Amino acid sequence: MSKLTFARAINAGLRKSLENDPKVVLMGEDIGSLGGVFRVTDGLQKDFGKHRVIDSPLAESGIIGTAVGLAYRGYRPVCEIQFDGFIYPAFDQIVSQVAKMHYRTQGRVKMPITIRVPFGGGIGSPEHHSESPEAYFTHTSGLRVVAVSNPQDAYTMIQQAIASDDPVLYFEPKRRYHDKGDVDEAIDLSTALPLDKAAVVNGGSDVTLVAYGPLVKTAKDAAMAAADDGISVEVIDLRSLAPVDYPVVEASVRKTGRLVITHEAGQSGGLGAEIAASITERCFHYLESAPVRITGFDVPYPYSKLEMHHLPDLDRILDGVDRALGRPNSLSGLEG
Amino acid sequence: MLTDQAGKGVHNDTPGPGQSAQNPLRTGGDLLQLVSPDGERISHPEFDVWVKDVGDEALCSLYEDMTVIRRIDAEATALQRQGELALWPPLLGQEASQIGSSRSLRDDDFVFPSYRESGVAYVRGAHLSEIARVWRGNASYGWDPQRINLATPQIIIGSQSLHATGYAMGVQLDGANTAVLAYFGDGATSEGDVNEAMVFAASYQAPVVFFCQNNHWAISEPVRLQSHVQLADRPTGFGIPSIRVDGNDVLAVMAATRVALDRARSGGGPTFIEAVTYRMGPHTTADDPTRYRDPIELEDWAAKDPILRLRKLLEAKGLLTEDVEARVKAKADAVAAELRSSCIGMADPQPLDVFNHVYSTPNPWIERQKDHYSRYLNSFNESVEEGAL
Repeated sequence: MSKLTFARAINAGLRKSLENDPKVVLMGEDIGSLGGVFRVTDGLQKDFGKHRVIDSPLAESGIIGTAVGLAYRGYRPVCEIQFDGFIYPAFDQIVSQVAKMHYRTQGRVKMPITIRVPFGGGIGSPEHHSESPEAYFTHTSGLRVVAVSNPQDAYTMIQQAIASDDPVLYFEPKRRYHDKGDVDEAIDLSTALPLDKAAVVNGGSDVTLVAYGPLVKTAKDAAMAAADDGISVEVIDLRSLAPVDYPVVEASVRKTGRLVITHEAGQSGGLGAEIAASITERCFHYLESAPVRITGFDVPYPYSKLEMHHLPDLDRILDGVDRALGRPNSLSGLEG
Repeated sequence: MLTDQAGKGVHNDTPGPGQSAQNPLRTGGDLLQLVSPDGERISHPEFDVWVKDVGDEALCSLYEDMTVIRRIDAEATALQRQGELALWPPLLGQEASQIGSSRSLRDDDFVFPSYRESGVAYVRGAHLSEIARVWRGNASYGWDPQRINLATPQIIIGSQSLHATGYAMGVQLDGANTAVLAYFGDGATSEGDVNEAMVFAASYQAPVVFFCQNNHWAISEPVRLQSHVQLADRPTGFGIPSIRVDGNDVLAVMAATRVALDRARSGGGPTFIEAVTYRMGPHTTADDPTRYRDPIELEDWAAKDPILRLRKLLEAKGLLTEDVEARVKAKADAVAAELRSSCIGMADPQPLDVFNHVYSTPNPWIERQKDHYSRYLNSFNESVEEGAL
């Protein structure tokens, strides 16, 4: 067991994949001698060479489009998109090519491409550096989407994503890059929790609180604070956003009867909407109250002096927990 | 040479003179032509050597392939008019570009086509039913790409240029001497992806050939809307050499493609070929070119018809014998008949096939929807049974 920052944990996972499979290649902007703007690929080009850790021209569609060709040739490209807000030029290649190739060829051509995306806010950046675009991709059939919340998962799941024969969008919470945690680098991938499974990270009985990526830590903190008030919050780290591991969420909601979902992305058409609808369909008779969403607002990601208002924090999540429990909350007395 | 539909790449003619010869590249300007529209063989000091092995038999075989794919095109258009195909993108007029280029490829080369390269698919060894089924709506792919080293038809304009470049980067990593060729049209040169592909190909000196069929029309938009310079001038800015070739001259297309493939194989990096041709038919069977195109332009190009030109050359050489004519006609008839019968006899997919192969492993969301839809479909059977009781 070693103590690693989030960024180092991903780095260690990438290193392991590069060591274990000669078909794994990394590509992205500034990932070589610089080691990436967040240093996630630090030292990898030096150790594995420029042919396997490839600095690419500044063209996101080019990165993903050439990755499609490399996958056609039998490679497992791992692409870094430098920031969440820079992924849109690659959107067409991801949605029209990466996601559909397996279906189009009825399995003759696989797309084992991993697309790493530092996402989310909270680091005081200018526009386009703090976005949460995951719902665009969870809406796209043919993609797997995961968001990691802690160094151990970061280490394990990057390797699982690379080993997946299906394309994986791998969202990294950039504001957690420097958080440290225990990482078992000897973990057996074949017995580790599979890529598409959710994890209950805090047991509880009154409310189910679903979070992923950067807000898992916030959700756990909120659960601890709620416990002081005698409220028992079960926190689920979704881990996989597509597919969502509904059996785990269902089992929890059947127990608690109340559901709160939180994410940084805006509310309309977000993942929270999908989860609320699906859980309502699947366990309507177990629900004691309407599902609650605590999310970013339906605004463009704001300038950094306002981002703390946009991002769900501990208090807003607790306010949502109160709403789910029918306790006094900020919307008490408000109809609809 | 006759085509063996079951085999792959039976048409691989001997490559050119190899690395010893110079690669005579030009940037824009002159149009490379080895056969005039009147069928006269034009000698060229640099390019002749690249087709010196193309003898009488090979010329007849090129003529056969061009005639056969024109026949495939006519038959498929008819099948669409008869409701047997949902759509068809005609290649009429582009036979020399497609045959000259694809006949220059080796089996191990990999090709990324657009949606109009049915002639290329034929040469690579795709079955006729495989060519038809995408356009009938029976499948989203025609052939197995790994069987004939030909990607599935790409409908997003220019997208495949990046796939070809990435594949070529993989070839480099493998240390192989395979070449990769991407087909696209004049309209695609405006797409970001084609420009990004040229950036990547130049940066990594990837062994890729960009084969641009300038057929003058992107649906209704003339090529001058895409570019104010010749398309062959554009790659120069990326540091990629180019050849502007008469796309209706099969011999010139072959020479240009062989030069480009040789450069790719010998570490020379990417090449851009502008094959200047003409889309004599509509964009697809859903298009009506009379709304945007001057009929006189079509007449001008009809005089430069690629098959007519090759016929004149063969006649001048005394090669167009009754025997050859009969053989080519019989082949075209047989291929057209096979296309028709395989198309009409194609089994429809099953309803639940809609859920298959979205992912390589079972996906709980899709399994659930499949299960629910299966129950829904079965509910009709049950209600029939109940009604019968």
